[in-house]
Amino acid sequence: MDGFAHQIIAGIATGGIYASVALAIVMIYQATHHVNFAQGEMATLSTFIAWSMVNAGMPYWVAFFGTILVSFIIGVLVERLLMRPVANAPVLTHVGVFIGLLLIVGNMTGWIFGYTTKVFPTPFTSDQPLFGGLVSAHELGSTAVTLTVLILVWAFFRFTKLGLAMRAAAYNPRSSRLVGIRVGWMLALGWGLAAAIGAVAGMMVAPVVFLDPTMMLGILLYAFAGALLGGIDNPMGAVLGGFAVGVLENLAGAYVVGTELKLTVALAIIIGVLVVRPSGLFGRVVFSRV
Amino acid sequence: MRRLLEVKGLKAGYGPTHVLHGLDFMVEEGGVTALLGANGAGKTTTLRAVCGMVRTEGEIRFQDEQLNGRATEDIARRGIAHVPDGRGTFMELTVEENFRLGAYIRNDKQVQSDFDRMCDWFPRLKQRWKQQAGTLSGGEQQMLAVARALLLRPKLLLLDEPSFGLAPLIVQEIFGIMRRIRDESGVGILLVEQNANLALELADLAYLLETGRIVMSGRAAEIRQDEAIRRSYLGY
Repeated sequence: MDGFAHQIIAGIATGGIYASVALAIVMIYQATHHVNFAQGEMATLSTFIAWSMVNAGMPYWVAFFGTILVSFIIGVLVERLLMRPVANAPVLTHVGVFIGLLLIVGNMTGWIFGYTTKVFPTPFTSDQPLFGGLVSAHELGSTAVTLTVLILVWAFFRFTKLGLAMRAAAYNPRSSRLVGIRVGWMLALGWGLAAAIGAVAGMMVAPVVFLDPTMMLGILLYAFAGALLGGIDNPMGAVLGGFAVGVLENLAGAYVVGTELKLTVALAIIIGVLVVRPSGLFGRVVFSRV
Repeated sequence: MRRLLEVKGLKAGYGPTHVLHGLDFMVEEGGVTALLGANGAGKTTTLRAVCGMVRTEGEIRFQDEQLNGRATEDIARRGIAHVPDGRGTFMELTVEENFRLGAYIRNDKQVQSDFDRMCDWFPRLKQRWKQQAGTLSGGEQQMLAVARALLLRPKLLLLDEPSFGLAPLIVQEIFGIMRRIRDESGVGILLVEQNANLALELADLAYLLETGRIVMSGRAAEIRQDEAIRRSYLGY
């Protein structure tokens, strides 16, 4: 029984990581209605930037917020320089750009920082075991960080004028222009926010899986499953979906399919959701009268 | 009366196809100008040209400023609100959120009192305040579209067939509101309408379009009196 409880809690902890990557995916989706395949690679690059800052002797939290800022700027630049020229191109062109971005960012990270695995620090440490040793200080801390980011993002979209304008620009760019919204900048802002959230996810996952250029590869798949499960247009749903996938993956790995086949759990969830309930558990089904 | 919008030699089209072949027309300050004509005459394209949604040649002056070549969002920020065909409502968002977006560019203190005024003019929108706009009836959506446009506090309102596809009673209601806009707010209106009778009742100036050219223009009151014009061009 103790083992079962531990599997669930460990699942929640990894789920927290999937949740924050899922949140980044949903951010871009909200702003642009596309899924950015390079999300994981961009997050890895951000984490390497944080690693460089820490190694240069910066205090952890300075590096943390510094990385968020730099990542935001990178996200905005990617939109302005790469996505902007193909803004009116068909969706397959965008997919092509995303794949290109994935390869370029991934390999550039390896080229600059090398492929050797690196240790990344965690700011969350504790002298005594928490909850009878069931959960580590880092697991607890990173879950708290994920939830904080979620609340901030939710409040931003729900209560601020800018958040509303970003949603409007994603739903209906033409009408948005008619009320004076600068649609191009809303997209860039969406990319910036997604890159910043991805950076947070990367910095939270790196102490667990260790830092190397392919760190996010599997995680992105789980996160995508989580985002779909919760509803790709609902930040809160994506986070809950991320946690659920973490727990499911852990339980299935321990009791059903074994650790080698864990990744198939994510694929099964993706296919299952798309077949049974394409809008996800919490996704909004949009009505329109014709 | 001073001219709010003055258009000279306006040409526009989609890709290689030309739709407008040199239009001259104007909207007076606080006045209503009606563009009449059959399907395919170029009425909708004219409105799109004014707010920068299609490429244009010719001159579009708004309050002594050139609008040609400006981005749609910049034209909106200068005080031109457009209710396009298809209404331009944010279907996925609630009525309240559509209101907030209507007032997006404003930072003044009167936004809330304008919300109240619109709810007063369109009581049905108030009842649907938290409802997703896509679930409203056609008439309610048209009211929401007009309210959304007015919340910009425009100097010029572009309306594309506000009566389209609506029941006669709803059309009456919407034209009643437009009369109110004309009389109470001092907003200039450029109205595209197939229902010539309704439009001429409301308008000060009227232009008749045929395949991208203006074939007749004048004071709306005079056109209404002229039976020959009415018979040959307007068909009633």
